[in-house]
Amino acid sequence: MAMAALRREGRRFVPLISPQPISAVQSTLISQEQAPLGVRSISTQIVRNRMKSVKNIQKITKAMKMVAASKLRAIQIKAENSRGVWQPFTALLGDNPSVDVKKNVIITVSSDKGLCGGINSTSVKISKALQKLTSGPEKQSTYVVLGEKAKAQFIRDSKDNIELILTELQRNPLNYTQVSVLADDILKNVEYDALRIVFNKFHSVVSFPPTMATVLSPETVERESESGGNLGELDSYEIEGGETKGEILQNLAEFQFSCVMFNAVLENACSEQGARMSAMDSSSRNAGEMLDRLTLTYNRTRQASITTELIEIISGASALQG
Amino acid sequence: MFRRATGLLARPIISSARARIRPFSTDLPATETGDTNFIEAWKKLVPNIDPPKTPISFMQPRPATPSSIPTKLTVNFVLPYASELASKEVDMIIIPATTGQMGVLPGHVATIAELKPGVMSVHEGNDTTKYFVSSGFAFIHANSFADVIAVEAVPLDHIDQSLVQKGLAEFTQKLSSASTDLEKAEAQIGVDVHSALNAALTG
Repeated sequence: MAMAALRREGRRFVPLISPQPISAVQSTLISQEQAPLGVRSISTQIVRNRMKSVKNIQKITKAMKMVAASKLRAIQIKAENSRGVWQPFTALLGDNPSVDVKKNVIITVSSDKGLCGGINSTSVKISKALQKLTSGPEKQSTYVVLGEKAKAQFIRDSKDNIELILTELQRNPLNYTQVSVLADDILKNVEYDALRIVFNKFHSVVSFPPTMATVLSPETVERESESGGNLGELDSYEIEGGETKGEILQNLAEFQFSCVMFNAVLENACSEQGARMSAMDSSSRNAGEMLDRLTLTYNRTRQASITTELIEIISGASALQG
Repeated sequence: MFRRATGLLARPIISSARARIRPFSTDLPATETGDTNFIEAWKKLVPNIDPPKTPISFMQPRPATPSSIPTKLTVNFVLPYASELASKEVDMIIIPATTGQMGVLPGHVATIAELKPGVMSVHEGNDTTKYFVSSGFAFIHANSFADVIAVEAVPLDHIDQSLVQKGLAEFTQKLSSASTDLEKAEAQIGVDVHSALNAALTG
């Protein structure tokens, strides 16, 4: 069996090894791992090199997982604290994902760095499906892209529909001021009837379902409240302050957008770290398995070449005797 | 090392859920339903992908308007980085609306009020807690629920009087020397906030 394995491996490694005529005795003195020994004895050097590199990769991915875990801890607190901030708006205005409007703007939140599993692809898939859902004869939907990963995916096929691209959100720790400036930027440059924010909501380290939050423009809110339905009760609310109802609704829509964006960006950052943790974890596990297999191969190779040497010596000795 | 990792993982999630009082129903998908129209339209067009969740499935539904006026007002006071008060039952709150200080009692008519920088006080029995809020919105619903969303709020005892004076002087000076409309607007905002702070501390 060892000879069969040897023959098999010999065939694979032949082009790399230059055949050198070395006697049986000498080969036992020279350590197995050094010079290539010809077709019958394979160098274990190559397998050992592979093992070293796989072990290094395993260490790196383990370290990345620890880093992601610590970052997750820090940002999870912020995200959970920010969950209260969008609930009053939904309590007042209700949730209208199926609202029918002319101009939809789909805001996709994604990460800048990779190695985080499939969350960015999921967000992009959902955004593209949303775009199909909300476009029609008189309707139109465009994208605002946050994050490098979604940008790379969108630029490939939907370049004309992208209105705005923003990257490097997480250079400084996320805070409300930064996000409100971002929201202001978006609102200034984009015409919209409804804004749909697609992000990954953080449920737990292994679960981050894609979520879509809807923010309506003040005109749409007025129109929907007149037609009844979810917003039908809005008229019963008295307006305090401001000159007109329209002005208050405008401020309300802007404030709602910045609050919802803040929560969305934080939740997505949490999901990114969680996804990175599980990706790096499975990567380390795979590296470990690979290392096990390589170790077996290494041992087999080593034992086979020892067996070969022994056989040569013994047959040489018996040839001398007999 | 994996064992240590799971320990590290388990600790923050468990401790954070148990140690802190859970503010809103943060992690509970109270109603798994979501908007049926949207889900159906989605399934028709894109049957292979699951529809995204929508915020309504992450929120506890609010109770309907009761027929008689309840005795207590339920207040949710939220900031972007924390929920100060979450479903707290109080007697009365006074909020600084742009039209002036507004008192809210249980059974108040449904109102949407924009807030200006000022003092908000929460009255519960004999205790009053005062916060200085920077600005925001207040929604008072017909079922005696009040949501106050502010960008920033501090309890009054955390404010330093001398810094307030300095800031007021600085912004008044900036206002007088402002040239463009934008600078004037920014300086005016600074003056408003600082004078409100001043009034809050002295008044």
